[in-house]
Amino acid sequence: MMHLLPVYPVAGLILWAAVSITLHRYPLAQMAVTALALLSAWAVSLILLYTATFSGPIVLLVGNWPAPFGITFVADRLSGLMTVTALTVSLCVWLYAAFSTAREATGQGFYPAMLAMIGGVCGAFLTGDLFNLYVWFEVLLMGSFVLIALGGGRKQLEGALKYVSVNLVSSALFLAGAGILYGALGTLNMADLAVKMHLQGMPMLSSAVAALFLCAFGIKAALFPFFFWLPAAYHTPPAAVNALFGALMTKVGVVAMIRVFTLIFNHETEVTHTLLLILAGVTIAVGALGAYGQWEIRRIFSFSIIGQIGYIIMGLALNTPLALAGALFFMIHNMIVKTALLLTGGIAGKLMGTEDIRRCGGLYVGRPLLAYAYLLCALSLAGVPPLSGFFGKLALIRAGFDAGAWAVTAVAVAASFLSLGYGMKVWMYAFWGPLPAGIPDTAPGMRSPSVESSARGMIWAVAALIGLMLLLSVGAGPLMRFCLATAEGLLDPREYLQAVLGQGGGALK
Amino acid sequence: MEFGFAIAIGGLYAAGFYMMLRRNIVKFILGLSLLGHGANLLIFTAAGLTRANAPLTAGGSGTVMADPVPQALILTAIVIGFGVTAYMLVLGGRVSQLSQADDVDALRESERGAE
Repeated sequence: MMHLLPVYPVAGLILWAAVSITLHRYPLAQMAVTALALLSAWAVSLILLYTATFSGPIVLLVGNWPAPFGITFVADRLSGLMTVTALTVSLCVWLYAAFSTAREATGQGFYPAMLAMIGGVCGAFLTGDLFNLYVWFEVLLMGSFVLIALGGGRKQLEGALKYVSVNLVSSALFLAGAGILYGALGTLNMADLAVKMHLQGMPMLSSAVAALFLCAFGIKAALFPFFFWLPAAYHTPPAAVNALFGALMTKVGVVAMIRVFTLIFNHETEVTHTLLLILAGVTIAVGALGAYGQWEIRRIFSFSIIGQIGYIIMGLALNTPLALAGALFFMIHNMIVKTALLLTGGIAGKLMGTEDIRRCGGLYVGRPLLAYAYLLCALSLAGVPPLSGFFGKLALIRAGFDAGAWAVTAVAVAASFLSLGYGMKVWMYAFWGPLPAGIPDTAPGMRSPSVESSARGMIWAVAALIGLMLLLSVGAGPLMRFCLATAEGLLDPREYLQAVLGQGGGALK
Repeated sequence: MEFGFAIAIGGLYAAGFYMMLRRNIVKFILGLSLLGHGANLLIFTAAGLTRANAPLTAGGSGTVMADPVPQALILTAIVIGFGVTAYMLVLGGRVSQLSQADDVDALRESERGAE
């Protein structure tokens, strides 16, 4: 029974999505079904994480076909951790959506698309088969295509067109890479690929295919030089969709990259991982500088997603247990804090009627709670101790020094100051500073009651995320130890191989 | 045989990328589907071209069969590509309707920051 569980967060959510489509006339029922689906998948993912931690990876062989022939789902520490985090953040976004845009958008299918997308995300985390990973990418892209275009005007649809077309090019590259790999090694099972790659070598081919995967996943993860579509698209949909994308979409690309570059393409590290390190450094710099130059809250934090991706890829490129652990910790922290910031931006925008911080001001006076929530998240994002962002960055920077990667570490440190800078810029303009002269004051009481009540509800989602962030800060020690164990499992995947392939897999590496 | 296929795949990729760089929404979508066809043909060729029988057997026969996996992969990819192209066509149509243009250079609305 236990081995069937990994399929629930995937197929279960997609089934629930189908159920919620049939309820499109009853927005409240649809909302409740979505909560039920997310909660049940969240509970299952907790069981998966628990079991994977204490009794090794859970492997589901679909149709009971033995590993290299059938499709496998593997819940190991990495996929368990990512599934739990993704579903936790999704629940918070659900809470926000229940009070906001989705109320107007339910008739147009916000909840079914959200469920289908999250199901695809879980599938991408849990699958152990490269072609199956392609399929889940397409599933989650389909869900996200609907979300990003929902109810949109010209601006949003133009953003959607850019998002959709660039992601489809990335899928085509991924498909080609998978095809070449199958032609060369005769398998698509990731564990089997790892073993065959180890036995047969083929440095030329493996580097070429690794480059294809780097491009394909790099586009999805918004890595330099493939990041250009993100600032053009992410801020256009409503804040709930924006936050969901910021938390999940790019991270799927990153997790796929971590999986592929630790399990399969780990033989030519001087080529692939050096390239990754350079790209990571440039990505960190571009993201921080780009965010600093923006003036709208959600545009600033959409740009800053790019920079944070750079940090995670830096951890992957350094390829040591500490660096990978730092990257994992940082990713979890980032999924929570970035979601909170994007949602805060959405609330502030709703209250002020604009997200241009030069036309906002004085939010601290009317909304002290919102202001403190923002301040905590912004400080955590910049990595101010003792908040959660500090620990991830500390591990990454220490790993950078240990590896002697001075340049990229220097960039990472400098970009932290920049991220403190743009975080404080928003604080000074929108929250602390006075309202600029000549702009009509929309102080509390002046706004429509519906905006007021919806903002009061939405802040609960932000509060939940901040609670998680504080939990992450307090429990940084245990979580970092867990991330270290996960990282060691990634760098020495004997346990993973043995779980998937049986006895044959353990003999290698 | 493989050589001919390689040329065809290269041609599809070249045509696909050329179409995608034409700055026209419809041509972009056509280029994207050419790219998909190129990838499908690539899987087909990379997995090995044979004259063996179809992978259908009554069980235990000794005849040489073609590898069924690439066929399954391509079938899946074709279905996905069909759905995605349909979505792209609707989205592209809607965007060009709203912005009164089919030139992607005219679609600057979403990137215009606050002035």
